[in-house]
Amino acid sequence: MSEASTPTLASAARALVRRDLRLLWRRRGDALQPALFAILVVVLFALAMGSERELLARAAPGVLWVAVLLSGLLALDTLFRGDAEDGSLEQWRLAPVPLAWLVLVRTLMHWLTTAAPLLLAVPLLAELLYLPRPLWPVMLLALGLGTPLLSLLGAVVSALTVGMRRAGVLLALLALPLYVPVLVFGAGSVAQAAQGHDPAGGLLLLAAGLLLALVLAPVAAATAIRIASQ
Amino acid sequence: METGGSPACGRAAPLPQRADVPMSNMNPVVRWFHQLGSPPYFDRFAARWAPWAFALGLATMAVGMYLGLFVVPADYQQGDSFRILYIHVPSAWMSMAMFALMAFYGAIALVWRIKLCEILAMACAPVGAAFTLITLATGSIWGKPMWGTWWDWDPRLTSQLVLLFLYFGVIGLYAAIEDRRAAARAASLLAIVGVVMLPIIRYSVVWWNSLHQGQTIRVFGESSMDASMLPPLLWMVVGTKFWAIGSVLARARADNLQREAGKDWVRRAAGVER
Repeated sequence: MSEASTPTLASAARALVRRDLRLLWRRRGDALQPALFAILVVVLFALAMGSERELLARAAPGVLWVAVLLSGLLALDTLFRGDAEDGSLEQWRLAPVPLAWLVLVRTLMHWLTTAAPLLLAVPLLAELLYLPRPLWPVMLLALGLGTPLLSLLGAVVSALTVGMRRAGVLLALLALPLYVPVLVFGAGSVAQAAQGHDPAGGLLLLAAGLLLALVLAPVAAATAIRIASQ
Repeated sequence: METGGSPACGRAAPLPQRADVPMSNMNPVVRWFHQLGSPPYFDRFAARWAPWAFALGLATMAVGMYLGLFVVPADYQQGDSFRILYIHVPSAWMSMAMFALMAFYGAIALVWRIKLCEILAMACAPVGAAFTLITLATGSIWGKPMWGTWWDWDPRLTSQLVLLFLYFGVIGLYAAIEDRRAAARAASLLAIVGVVMLPIIRYSVVWWNSLHQGQTIRVFGESSMDASMLPPLLWMVVGTKFWAIGSVLARARADNLQREAGKDWVRRAAGVER
């Protein structure tokens, strides 16, 4: 084998990234599912509220955010479940690199593979909801900052419930209160832009939250994994 | 498995060993805390003091209610309907205080793995949730004469609603895991995450409300409360605290007995013959 010294953070990250990308490639159809779900949610909203252009355009930022949030919530189940089932999570706990680091890399890869296709679908969703064109950049920026934050917060909750068999609704119940600030600042910044104000306030708060979560959430999730697997 | 010290510590540093300090040499306060960590001692303590806490709570709340309903003059703007504030405000304060207490016990339980702290943390959750429900209900009842509507997306009521869901989450997670100790520790971690997120949630709801202003105007603010209206509020605050102590002790005692169910001391306490 290669060197007997402990792997560096970078080499562990590289290995995990390569593994996740390879696994994703083998099931690349699955990457479309969150996007399809979000489109369906938007369709349901449009059907429920009526297709009146003004109404949908005013509701668009909120509805779009909720659709993205809910589809991210559904995708959360796959964050640790596969590894928990085949025993890889136990190996992570025993690994010579910090568990929080592995959690961070895994969460970011999960975001890349579930939320990034979703972000690509946002223009389609925006068209369906008649979101005004000038708001698209703010929307994409807010989602770009918000979705990793949702993934990181979701990772903590997902780690808490990783041992359970039917954790689905409990996972949503635990995650949604924590999602409230992200939703408020994300949809709120787009709403501010819609009213003609500067959306920088909400966006900067999202960015600050993201930075904090990048540091703190993996540690909390690692603690949760240790608790859940004892 | 882990034998103490946080996961991030690496090697196990020697923890302060209470066992090598004879009980007679301990500071009495420290000894009292130490003794409370023993399930049988805690059971006797809770059995003895919970009724007193309830009684004191009832008495102080009765005084507070009497003063609030009959003695304090009516508000010049709101008339008599403001009096529900004497239930609403102490409940709101208790709902937040119980969450902080739950996170505090939870943190001790996670770090030092003291069984009684796990039990106390989990006992705080339903009590806090009840206070949150009371806050929401009284807030809604207050809103009808004030704003003409049963519900208003007022930042305070909205953040109380999110707080209620955080409580439900902790209770639900505790109930969902089989092993009681692992369940308590997972729910404690959730409580800690919740207590960190709580100010953020509160701030975000206030920001959101200011964003979508123009719906209702705040008519009553605590800061402008007249001095003559204050005494019942203080009585009620003290009363709810005592009531909460009684509730937490009673619930913790029940949980403790349930967990230790097979042990001899429980059988003796329950009067069961061997």
